[in-house]
Amino acid sequence: MGFENMFTPEKFEKAWQVFLEEMPFAVWETFYVTILSTFIALLLGLPLGVLLVTGEKNGILPLPKWLLNTINVVINLLRSVPFLILMIMVIPLSRAIVGTSVGTVATIVPLVCAAFPFVARLVESSLREVNPNIIEAAQSMGASPLQIIVKVMIPESVPSLISNTTIAVTTVLGYSAMSGAIGGGGLGQIAINYGYYRYQYPTMVVAVILLIIMVQIFQSVGTHLSVRLDKRLK
Amino acid sequence: MIEIKNLYKTFESSEGRVEALKDVSLTIGDGDIYGIIGMSGAGKSTLVRCINMLERPTGGSVLIDGKDMGALPAKQLREERRKITMIFQGFNLLMQRNCMKNICFPMELAGVKSSDAKKRASELLELVGLPDKAKAYPAQLSGGQQQRVAIARALATNPRVLLCDEATSALDPNTTHSVLSLIRDINKKLGITVIVITHQMSVVQEICNRVAILDGGMVVEEGLVGTVFASPASAAAKRLVFPNGADELISNPACERRMRVVFNGARTAGTPLIATMAVKENILANILSAGTRCVDDKVYGSMLLGIPGGEEQFEKAKTYLESVGDVHVEGV
Repeated sequence: MGFENMFTPEKFEKAWQVFLEEMPFAVWETFYVTILSTFIALLLGLPLGVLLVTGEKNGILPLPKWLLNTINVVINLLRSVPFLILMIMVIPLSRAIVGTSVGTVATIVPLVCAAFPFVARLVESSLREVNPNIIEAAQSMGASPLQIIVKVMIPESVPSLISNTTIAVTTVLGYSAMSGAIGGGGLGQIAINYGYYRYQYPTMVVAVILLIIMVQIFQSVGTHLSVRLDKRLK
Repeated sequence: MIEIKNLYKTFESSEGRVEALKDVSLTIGDGDIYGIIGMSGAGKSTLVRCINMLERPTGGSVLIDGKDMGALPAKQLREERRKITMIFQGFNLLMQRNCMKNICFPMELAGVKSSDAKKRASELLELVGLPDKAKAYPAQLSGGQQQRVAIARALATNPRVLLCDEATSALDPNTTHSVLSLIRDINKKLGITVIVITHQMSVVQEICNRVAILDGGMVVEEGLVGTVFASPASAAAKRLVFPNGADELISNPACERRMRVVFNGARTAGTPLIATMAVKENILANILSAGTRCVDDKVYGSMLLGIPGGEEQFEKAKTYLESVGDVHVEGV
């Protein structure tokens, strides 16, 4: 098929029609799936990331070595599976939790499975940035391990946690578009259904542009928050 | 009273064993400002961390008012640590909290009611001379101001002992002087025992009453500051008292008596002090070593002089030099 056939006036017209009729809802679907999945991934990944740092031999709350190793291996395993395959592998899990493996809500399950190990690693790297001398100071004041985590490590790394969460959000947004391939909703589904199955390239381009705009907005908000909340920059 | 008994600390690493402390025994009386001085690597920081068990000694014990710190269970140790607080070379304030909240932090840990904590924090900010910095973040303060906030934070839980780990090493001489004055005031006003870890002689000379010299993980000399510095017996003490290798080689003790002149912010900049002494008092001092710095019109540091002409001349020189404010003179 020649280039001129990919972008005919009829196809542009179709794109305009889809943009008006389907895209607003698709943007909303992509938005809430991304935010909700990242949020749940954060709920799982934050404590895991904390354990990865505090559970070390010289950490403030050392874990048995086998347990720490198990956590590390599981995280690495989940992170090594390509998302396209992970989506298929967790279909039984989606059925068990949501009742179906198709649709927007059902894609939250594979998205969380892919994102929480990633978030755990990001949290780990944020917490490692905390000055160990500050942790020592807290210990010298009689802080318990839990108090050090809640009152020192997490608050001190808030700017870094926010910028890393932004990275997670944009990654999940990309994954959520990919989930269109197995029946997830949102902009990804539109891009694949119209662009790939029906050769409606202009529609696909519009969907991709909207995805790009969403990434830009998430990134700008994240960077702004991270900088504004960092009290070291005055 | 703090009793350190036969303390050993050995670090095992892949590169081998390091004996950081070897049979250290010290007794620190209530209300003392006790200096622990030594070159870097002498084991000072390890020793101070063993006092509050941030570092577990491999042998020996630390008794604070008769309580064996090493034998306390975790929870009781944490409560005891509120009574033995610490300030650091790098200040170690929480960077995402303002000064008020930094000072409230140890009280928060101890479960003090927030309104009471705030009230106490305001009083402490007043005490350390920063009443207007409650809302400021550490990054907005100078090093000296940050250390004052750290001192306020350390005092929040009404400690009996204040451990200062190279607390002034990152500060310029002028700021060092003012922070040391603050520590001395606190010692006098609140009766808190202070342990000062430092590598700077001037710090010990300025505020300590007793001193222990640590070398290679061992206490090589201990006693009143005046006594130890007047007649250093160990090689390590001599290195500290006669800096830059100034010793018997360049000054014959048979012909002249040596004295150490310490400047703690004396207003002698621009005054040719030693020359004036020669002209006015007719005392011809031999400068054996001098390390002085001038900050804001004030002089810090020390000088080692040889005074020829016997005891009489020595006393005359001492009286003359002491007539200048903020100058300490000691026979060596």
